[in-house]
Amino acid sequence: MNYFWDLFLGGLTRGSIYALIALGYTMVYGILQLINFAHGEIYMIAAFTALIVASILTMQGLTGFSVLILAGVIAILYAAAYGFTVEKIAYKPLRQASRLSPLISAIGMSIFLQNYVMLAQTSDFLPFPNLLPQSEFLDSISAWIGPSDFIIIVTSSVVMIALSLLLKFTKMGRAMRATAQDREMAMLTGVSVNRIISRTFIIGSALAAIGGLLIASHVGRINFYIGFNAGIKAFTAAVLGGIGSIPGAMLGGLVLGLAESFGTGYISSDYESVFAFTILILILILKPDGILGRSSQQKV
Amino acid sequence: MLRLVDVETCYGGIRALKGISLSVAPGEIVALIGSNGAGKSTTLMSISGITPARSGRIFFNDEPIEKTDPDKIVAMGISQVPEGRRIFPKLSVLENLEMGAFLRKDHPEIRKDLDYIYELFPILYQRRHQPGGTLSGGEQQMLAISRALMAKPRLLLLDEPSLGLSPLMTRLIYSILGRINTEQRTTIFLVEQNAFMALKLSHRAYVLENGAVTMEGNASDLLHHEDVKKAYLGI
Repeated sequence: MNYFWDLFLGGLTRGSIYALIALGYTMVYGILQLINFAHGEIYMIAAFTALIVASILTMQGLTGFSVLILAGVIAILYAAAYGFTVEKIAYKPLRQASRLSPLISAIGMSIFLQNYVMLAQTSDFLPFPNLLPQSEFLDSISAWIGPSDFIIIVTSSVVMIALSLLLKFTKMGRAMRATAQDREMAMLTGVSVNRIISRTFIIGSALAAIGGLLIASHVGRINFYIGFNAGIKAFTAAVLGGIGSIPGAMLGGLVLGLAESFGTGYISSDYESVFAFTILILILILKPDGILGRSSQQKV
Repeated sequence: MLRLVDVETCYGGIRALKGISLSVAPGEIVALIGSNGAGKSTTLMSISGITPARSGRIFFNDEPIEKTDPDKIVAMGISQVPEGRRIFPKLSVLENLEMGAFLRKDHPEIRKDLDYIYELFPILYQRRHQPGGTLSGGEQQMLAISRALMAKPRLLLLDEPSLGLSPLMTRLIYSILGRINTEQRTTIFLVEQNAFMALKLSHRAYVLENGAVTMEGNASDLLHHEDVKKAYLGI
């Protein structure tokens, strides 16, 4: 039972991160019908930014909570700026092109960012400090949940609830949903679609940055390639849940995280990715729209 | 109020509008009639800036708008009810209406306009929390018109408001359009295949054939014109 519980928690932790990143894929897909393959790189860049900021702050003698907040905020802003810029450079000029062109552009952007970070930083793994706060409360529950697992699960839940509320109740959220449903009609009600697209990229990138920060602290090391791995898993989660669907991305992330965790725990850890992609293939065969995906039929 | 001068628009590589000129005066109801593929929808999409004109000029209150972005055109006071209604299917009826008022910030006035809409179409009030996609065709048309009205437009563009509706529903929609024109002083430019209804409501009309205006005049004159009768009224 104890082993089961550990695997369950591990799966939730992993799944929360997948979900945070998957949201960026699904939101962009919902509005642009584009798979933003550079999204994983945003997550990696956020982790590097946090590492650099945290190192500088630590050298200045700062410790604890202030390092986490400063490094976190700067990493999120930096990642959001990256997301915004990637859209402007790689996708906006191709808005009228065939659907294949922005896809190729996305892959190119992904490779460019990976190599840029590899050359600018290093190709080796770098140790990442544990920025997550310690407290008596966390110690007191550490018997049944690890402190960083707890923080990751709680933070991701809060962030995802906040996103859902934003989409449901704000004017901007309503405009984003409307644009995803019928872009041209949204324009006819006065929505500036370019602005909505920019905001989608900014929000998605910020979510990925939060994920990057959390997981880097949890795992304790990063390199230029972590974005690709996490990106492909999160993309799988988005497809699993039904790409374009916000609750689908959240659910897909959790399902994928749990499946990987139980698979590695009970069968073999060598097959970690095999479990993820087996599920993806099964879903694509049995229910191509994903768990919560809508079929693309429309009432005329 | 609205003036098109030699507007040419290409759509999917085809020259859909071959230089059309027309005008709409404040307070008028003007119809553009023509058969399928004559370029009626393209005309409206060019005015709204969705399919920008390749050449020619479009003036709204003497300001050129042929190169203006769609959202700015809405802000200037032109709203469109597009062909097929284009309700946001997963937004509730109320949210669809709120989308109509997207650019407005005068919240008390928005509230009042919402009440006016619910008075025009009581059924929308009953269905206000239902997803737009679950409404019937007629209800969706009411919602589409209401959504456009929520922007408080000075000029309302309508693309085939009678398409797919029962004769009874068509009459209801048209009587409401007349009411909006007199009560709100909203200028209306509508495109129709259902020439009879359109000509009865309008003050003036244009006939569009193969991307060019072939006839224009008072709506009542066109209603009795032999060619129009033969081609569009089936008499």
